[in-house]
Amino acid sequence: MDLIRINNVKKQYKNGVTAINNLNLSIKKGDFVFIIGGSGSGKSTLIKMLYREEKPTLGEIIVGGVNVAKLRNSKVYVLRRKLGIVFQDYRLLPKQNVYENVAFALETIGAKKEEIRRKTLKAIEMVGLKSKVHNYPDQLSGGEQQRVAIARAIVNNPKLLLCDEPTGNLDPERSKEIMEILDAINKEMGTTIIMATHDKDIVNKMKKRVVALKDGRLVKDIEKGGYCSEAI
Amino acid sequence: MKLFRMLKRHIRDAFKSVFRNFSLSLASITCITITLIIVGISIIASFNLKNFTTEIEQDVTMVIFLDADVTESQISTLTENINKLENIDELKFKSKTTSKNEMMQESEFFKGTMSTWDEKDNPLKDSFQAKVKDIEKIESTAEQIRKMDKVAVVKYGEEMVDNLISAFTMVQKAAVIVVIALIVVTIFLIINTIKLTIFSRKREISIMRLVGASNTSIKVPFLIEGLILGFIGSIIPIIVIIYGYTALYNYLGGVLYSNLIKLLQPEPFVYLSSLIVLVIGMLVGMVGSARAVRKYLKV
Repeated sequence: MDLIRINNVKKQYKNGVTAINNLNLSIKKGDFVFIIGGSGSGKSTLIKMLYREEKPTLGEIIVGGVNVAKLRNSKVYVLRRKLGIVFQDYRLLPKQNVYENVAFALETIGAKKEEIRRKTLKAIEMVGLKSKVHNYPDQLSGGEQQRVAIARAIVNNPKLLLCDEPTGNLDPERSKEIMEILDAINKEMGTTIIMATHDKDIVNKMKKRVVALKDGRLVKDIEKGGYCSEAI
Repeated sequence: MKLFRMLKRHIRDAFKSVFRNFSLSLASITCITITLIIVGISIIASFNLKNFTTEIEQDVTMVIFLDADVTESQISTLTENINKLENIDELKFKSKTTSKNEMMQESEFFKGTMSTWDEKDNPLKDSFQAKVKDIEKIESTAEQIRKMDKVAVVKYGEEMVDNLISAFTMVQKAAVIVVIALIVVTIFLIINTIKLTIFSRKREISIMRLVGASNTSIKVPFLIEGLILGFIGSIIPIIVIIYGYTALYNYLGGVLYSNLIKLLQPEPFVYLSSLIVLVIGMLVGMVGSARAVRKYLKV
């Protein structure tokens, strides 16, 4: 069953730059997909369209049965509650501690206090930060901050986890830790993961499906592939 | 149940962020405080102006002199007819004998001459004294009375009253315009300050949206925060109004320049003004926050 279907999507920004051109793609439930490509290849735009930060100029994007392209601004939150998002720059609330940052995602949807506590602690445990629950983001290393962001993204048990260069700011050792956590989430929780990256080592090691973009076009789509040179 | 839970969380978050972003909150509060003091002063001034002008207007009396040969029954018909007029507030009959007695009491000279008059010789006329409800319509009311049978003369100091009315109407309108303009300026000032403070929390709002907060649930804590800021911001203006005006009133002895211009009693007037200032402060804080947040929800 396809969780995501992208049909003839084109994205042209207001300044005339075409970021995505005539893209067709489908992603199955439970998949782990790398989206690779150099700077300006359209990886980030594709991720942004999946969580409806950007709207496609043409075509349709169906995520879990909903046409994201037609989603009204005031209804975007319905989509966002079904997915988790992780960014290169973590995007944590600086004035809230680890627990509050993770619990935040549950509080906004009006969950009960007991449920928030249980799920938040479980998610924090999953990323291995149980001992730092009361620390604030500026007291954590980059890798730890990213793990908090992952905990926040999965606390709500989303079907889909979108990662936009999650290891972009981290050294290889921390990157490896992050990838292990993501792999565990994919295997244990069955969460579909889409990760945009240009980290060659990670892609080669993981042996997952690889979708390569160049100048907004799909140039390669291989099961259990590695980083291909065409994309760079 | 869920609604209550959310509301409780929103109120808690609002209080938290007032204190966590204290320097920004302080900027908004200061701005609200200063502008509300100005608004408060202008409200006090315009209320006093309104009070003073209406008091003078209420003093205007119309005097209706009747013909000398008017009979008892004609007087009662007239009383009835004049009272029927919509604009008449109060009507008092003064017979010529009463007028004579009053005048005799006023001076020895009058007393000397008038005491010789008997009922028939009395050259004074029976009269009515009337107060009107709406002074702006006094002219047409006077005209209606003039047309009635046995009415000799109707006087209300036309020249003076007409000028007074147009001047007062102008002053009152000007005062209302000044107050409204001040309130509008306040709203813009406060909205801009709050916009500035919310700009620095753009990131927070975008993160809220990313984790699936609906626009309403993002807006509500900011609204409550604005309400709190408006509330805190109106504390000093209210103190200034209550103590400042009372002190001023006592210092001036309740009048301005002369006994003609009476100031409003501080109680309950200051409480009403304080309430107005509080409501303006809280509303403006709320509206300001709502408008400022709206900008960041269009992603």
